[in-house]
Amino acid sequence: MTTEAATQQVMTTADGTPLKVSLAKAQRRLKIRALLLVAPLLLFILITFFVPVFDMLFRSVENQIVPEVLENTAPLLLKWDDRDGELPPEEVFAAAKEDFVKGAKAKTILRVGSRMNYEQSGFSSLFRKTARRAKNFESPYKEAFIKADRKWGDLDTWRILKRESGAFTISYYLAAMDLSYGPSGDITMKPKGEAIYLTLFWRTLKLSFLITILCLALAYPISYLMSTLPLKTSNLLMILVLLPFWTSLLVRTTAWIALLQQEGVINDLLVYFGLITDDNRLAMIHNATGTVVAMTHILLPFMVLPLFSVMKTIPPTYMRAAKNLGATPTVAFIRVYFPNTVSGIGAGGILVFIISIGYYITPALVGGVDGTLISNFIAYHMSTSLNWGLAAALGVLLLGIVLVLYYFYDKIVGVDNMKFG
Amino acid sequence: MTESDTAFVRFSEVQKSYDGETLVVKNLNLDISRGEFVTMLGPSGSGKTTCLMMLAGFETATHGEIYLDGQGINKVAPHRRNIGMVFQNYALFPHMTVSENLAFPLEVRKQPKNEIRERVDRALDMVRLGGFGNRRPAQLSGGQQQRVALARALVFEPKLVLLDEPLGALDKNLREEMQYELKSIHDSLGLTMVFVTHDQQEALTMSDRIAVFDDGVIQQIDSPSTLYEEPRNAFVAYFIGENNRFVGTIKELSDNECSVEVDGGYIIKAKPVNVGNVGDKTTLSLRPERVSINPEAGSMPNMLDAKVLQLIYLGDHIRTRVAVGQNEDFVVKIPNSQEHSQLSKGQTVKVGWSSDDCRALDA
Repeated sequence: MTTEAATQQVMTTADGTPLKVSLAKAQRRLKIRALLLVAPLLLFILITFFVPVFDMLFRSVENQIVPEVLENTAPLLLKWDDRDGELPPEEVFAAAKEDFVKGAKAKTILRVGSRMNYEQSGFSSLFRKTARRAKNFESPYKEAFIKADRKWGDLDTWRILKRESGAFTISYYLAAMDLSYGPSGDITMKPKGEAIYLTLFWRTLKLSFLITILCLALAYPISYLMSTLPLKTSNLLMILVLLPFWTSLLVRTTAWIALLQQEGVINDLLVYFGLITDDNRLAMIHNATGTVVAMTHILLPFMVLPLFSVMKTIPPTYMRAAKNLGATPTVAFIRVYFPNTVSGIGAGGILVFIISIGYYITPALVGGVDGTLISNFIAYHMSTSLNWGLAAALGVLLLGIVLVLYYFYDKIVGVDNMKFG
Repeated sequence: MTESDTAFVRFSEVQKSYDGETLVVKNLNLDISRGEFVTMLGPSGSGKTTCLMMLAGFETATHGEIYLDGQGINKVAPHRRNIGMVFQNYALFPHMTVSENLAFPLEVRKQPKNEIRERVDRALDMVRLGGFGNRRPAQLSGGQQQRVALARALVFEPKLVLLDEPLGALDKNLREEMQYELKSIHDSLGLTMVFVTHDQQEALTMSDRIAVFDDGVIQQIDSPSTLYEEPRNAFVAYFIGENNRFVGTIKELSDNECSVEVDGGYIIKAKPVNVGNVGDKTTLSLRPERVSINPEAGSMPNMLDAKVLQLIYLGDHIRTRVAVGQNEDFVVKIPNSQEHSQLSKGQTVKVGWSSDDCRALDA
């Protein structure tokens, strides 16, 4: 028996298939199995999440439409030197005529017009007008263009066209950061009246931070209470906490409108008790206050759940030990209990902050003017103005901000400390 | 207050109820002198941990008063009691290093920094963990965590140290080692220690006195040897050590001896300890090592026929289960010496014991 086993062992090594190879073979099967188990979800996420995200990222710089439709004009414009203050040469106008005729037939030229309209208003109508007349243009084309619309004789029109003739553009990002091209092509801040996005980004960050802090302040005591109560009572409280989850977001938000509006329940009560006069009713909705109140309410469970699950794991003997060692209840809490809940605070805080930074419905309903967030403008550009490039650029910037904050969070608190349960 | 001069810790008529319907601790009176090692021993739910928690201040007595060094402490908050405590699962703070854990009680007492460092180092050396100061509790083994917990309970030099089943989570060898270590720390520091356990072996090894708890009442409080040799009632006899039991009726009763008729009609002569009158029920308790196999005829007042049912070899002794009358759980510990090692299963032998070793207790 033993000699047989020994020879067999020698044979396998002599065979050239040592242990490692067969081990790898055995593990390969396990790996394939694991991959197959993950595959459906992986495919789903790839198709429905990663592909659209990268598509949107691409749209924030993509400018394919201009070189595609103006296929003859664009390369010539790129070669044209605009510094001498002269209009482009006749060959550019000739190429433009050809592109306009073709584009008018294929109905694509108007899309270039609206694309260029983002750069400067007026381009849309200029393109529409010119497209209608282009097929009757006779040489010399320069004069024909200028006759059709005087703007073609303006050097700036051609400069802007030349700037956006490439396949990629940064103009969406400039717009998203309240920057624009000056007359000579240099990048400048937009004038105060036109600048909106930086204010919005700042407000989004500020309100999200405020909402996170409020959620923490409200969730911490209740989570502590739940973690110390017997299971039956804490389950009941947990249901109360989760109840908002089970009602429609829209219903909850409109309920806040009913409560907070000028003729609403809270104002009525305040007036009834004489705390405010009837003509001084508080504006608590359709402004930043409304957004903060409603979103704190909606996001509270996201803070309670991680906090509760972390607190549940802290044995009550920690506090007892601290007191036994001579710490007053306050010191025991600060030095022993609180540090053990940091992981839950981190998890809940990140969760609430990231959700609220991209929140859309509630600020749209109750935000009014100064309670709307950046996501509402992204939505506006997606669905109303149809400026997807700008929407994409705003989204990328938002993503970038979140990643930067996440990086600092990792540096300061440590992501590994985060505990969801 | 002459009484409290002798008693360092005193429970005076202490009662405790959690629900207002049942008493967990029923009228407890207990004096513990300075420097004593007292163990509260009992099955779970007997009220021993509740007593410890009342002493530490985490539970309030429903009735009665607890005195520490002559002062009533019922209204003193736990953090002002200055009592060291080792918790069941050590309760080391996971976010602090070992040194920080030990420094904690000194920091909250606002000790100067260099003195804290000195005392922490000394405490670590005392539990032989010098050099482990920078580790986290999670990086230590169970025994090491246990020693850190002990060091933390001692570092602020309390006069009284409470230990709540501190050795329960350790394996057998480590537990025994820690028992001796604890005992030697107790002896060298002259501390008063109150130890709670449900492990009778642990209690017997370490204590000056053991209070046996059952049903919220101290059944007996005595030195380990007295508890073992002279249990005052059937519960103590059953709970401490191994014990052969007979239930019977008292037929004759004198000061030093009684005759008890047990099931099967046998008459057993026993020492009356805790019995009523003739005709009352009683439980007889007999330690297995006090039983002789095949004693000389007439040398012992009790001699009965027994059939060997089971032999378990335990090295130093052979645990032999025999049937005596209808009692099939009669255990005899036979020392592993030459004259007694040749019993075999099924053999019929005589078992005998003196009437002094057989104690007639409450039914």
